[in-house]
Amino acid sequence: MSTEKAPRPQPERILEATQLQTLIELLQQRGYEVLGPTRDESAIVYGPLADVTALPVDCGDEQAPGVYRLRTRGDGAYFGYAVGPHSWKAYLFPPNEVLFRVHRDAAEGLRTEILGAPATPRALLGVRPCELAALAIQDTVFTQQAVADRGYAERRRALFTIAVDCAAPAATCFCAEMASGPAARDGFDLVLTELCDPPQHRFAIAAGSAAGAELLQALPTRAASAAEQSAVSQQWQRATAQMPQRLPAEEERRALLAHSHSHPHWEAVAERCLACVNCTLVCPTCFCSDMVDRTDLEGEVAERVRTWGSCFEAEHSYMVGGPHRHSVAARYRQWLTHKLETWHEQFGSSGCVGCGRCITWCPSGIDLTAEVAALAEHHGGSTAPRTPGGIHEGA
Amino acid sequence: MATATGRPSLAVWKFASCDGCQLSLLDCEDELLAIAEQVQIAYFPEATRTVIDGPYDLSLVEGSVTTPHDAERIRAIRSVSKRLITIGACATAGGIQALRQFADVTEFTRYVYAQPEWIETLASSDAIAAHVAVDYELRGCPVAKEQLLEVLGAFLCGRRPQIPDTAVCQECKRSQAVCLLVAAGTPCLGPVTHAGCQALCPRFGRGCYGCFGPKENAQPAALSAALAAQGISRKTTQRLYTTFNVAAEAFRNESERLESESESESAAEAAAAAAAAAAEQERDR
Ligand code: SF4
Ligand code: SF4
Ligand code: SF4
Repeated sequence: MSTEKAPRPQPERILEATQLQTLIELLQQRGYEVLGPTRDESAIVYGPLADVTALPVDCGDEQAPGVYRLRTRGDGAYFGYAVGPHSWKAYLFPPNEVLFRVHRDAAEGLRTEILGAPATPRALLGVRPCELAALAIQDTVFTQQAVADRGYAERRRALFTIAVDCAAPAATCFCAEMASGPAARDGFDLVLTELCDPPQHRFAIAAGSAAGAELLQALPTRAASAAEQSAVSQQWQRATAQMPQRLPAEEERRALLAHSHSHPHWEAVAERCLACVNCTLVCPTCFCSDMVDRTDLEGEVAERVRTWGSCFEAEHSYMVGGPHRHSVAARYRQWLTHKLETWHEQFGSSGCVGCGRCITWCPSGIDLTAEVAALAEHHGGSTAPRTPGGIHEGA
Repeated sequence: MATATGRPSLAVWKFASCDGCQLSLLDCEDELLAIAEQVQIAYFPEATRTVIDGPYDLSLVEGSVTTPHDAERIRAIRSVSKRLITIGACATAGGIQALRQFADVTEFTRYVYAQPEWIETLASSDAIAAHVAVDYELRGCPVAKEQLLEVLGAFLCGRRPQIPDTAVCQECKRSQAVCLLVAAGTPCLGPVTHAGCQALCPRFGRGCYGCFGPKENAQPAALSAALAAQGISRKTTQRLYTTFNVAAEAFRNESERLESESESESAAEAAAAAAAAAAEQERDR
């Protein structure tokens, strides 16, 4: 985002911070379970919000590759931090989900019970711009393919999203480069910009859907002043400026990855990569799953469970004869190239939104942007195109 | 080999161990009746005095081989068992008692026993698979009840058990626990440890102790580097690898590598200190 091109029109209304509780109450009155950021012992996580006091007031974060720490801000902000270890995908694509159960029935033979309770209407408060982008990507993956995922689609339809622009990107954030933040563009019902300038504390607010407009009407807001509007623009610009350029531009990066199949650097990353799956499970767009069929001891009931899977697991590439991506080098390459290159071919967008979770939550502190830079640096003109062979197997 | 009852017969055997894995089986309270209906418990001294002679359809073996007598006994058990499954870290990797491999066993026996000459023991504590063919190895110290039931259920309907060989981190993240290593700098073996416990310790604020042994393609050297970056000392990390699964290859190698590194480090430190002291003496003169 640059100064010339604003991410969205200037918000015209102001909600005093003291009225944030009213927003939560109105949502609850409309039958929504309200979910949002809340403070766990050592991180900001997502969970139910009974009221405004459940938000991590005055809480900030420090993030670096493999490191996350909470800190006190001193200004009383409600949303003064970047994304934490949780992402909203857990509510749409749950980590464990029983899809169906089959019963052996003396009278009826086999009886199949399709599971998936009717989706509860949920309101997500504090959805970050990169997470809106991630939701849009998962919508494409789960609902816009030949077969739509019924559970995902139902849960998604029952969602109300209240986005909050980012004012305090972490050192691991690079959403500006991935064109997903730090200010929300679209895909929300309501959007807030927190203007925290003690003793003044208020939110610029705008609607992005009919449902959002209806709620905005019901809220006790007032018109935004010119000064408040310019504070919003300044915040958008300041947050963008806080994120240094880390990746080559899209075309360049795709060309680089498409031609790095046999690059020796994959082996160097594999020295540090634990193949522990953390990066893929914290990623808000990773959608791979494992299907497990379970039976009971009596052989009367069987059920199919879908759980979060990852391309860092041997089983992920298991085919007749064993896993075809045995080496860690081959697994890391699959992950990085899928995120930044082959995703474009598969779904028409990047698979990475720049949230930086995979960097912070990698126990080894592996930073994908640094790995791309290393691939570019040592590229040395060898531009052998991707072939079905390549290093295929590394170690 | 179905018994007279038409149900497959089950035998449970004990070698050098603490009985914790057998207790995990007894701990399947709700499912125990179903198990007893599906199999005939032919030999399980911890649960019943009834002894039905072999051969057995399924033998579960707990514990490691630590004496010449054990070595003979496991061969006899194998010869009367159609399927043999080892349960737990002792049976699968030698257990905590494999620490004897790093010391002098004769010396140990002299310290511990009044009449060491009566003790006949091996120099190592071996996994069952070091002596006989094993059909399936179930990990854990102790084994996880759910996995034990999965293995029994799979055996009963003749399918492969579904036991993922990925990291504890996978279960940790699926449970939505916050990573202790990243958020608090707590030493955790989760990234190199075989899943199975549903990330029990990390979910309760404790780093993983590695009960299930190395995961598939474990990278302990990379984890040691990550722990060092969090400010965790080499000695602490080395001790983490030196417990229930110390004899599992990936953990043993890393434990030994860290040990030799700390030795050369302390030697270097001692040399540096001596040099500094000499320099000081020189100055004082
Ligand atoms: S990149 Fe990091 S988080 Fe991902 S599998 Fe490797 S070590 Fe684990
Ligand atoms: S990066 Fe790996 S886990 Fe993520 S969607 Fe791609 S293949 Fe799946
Ligand atoms: S706490 Fe331990 S098991 Fe959990 S994700 Fe972190 S390193 Fe892995």
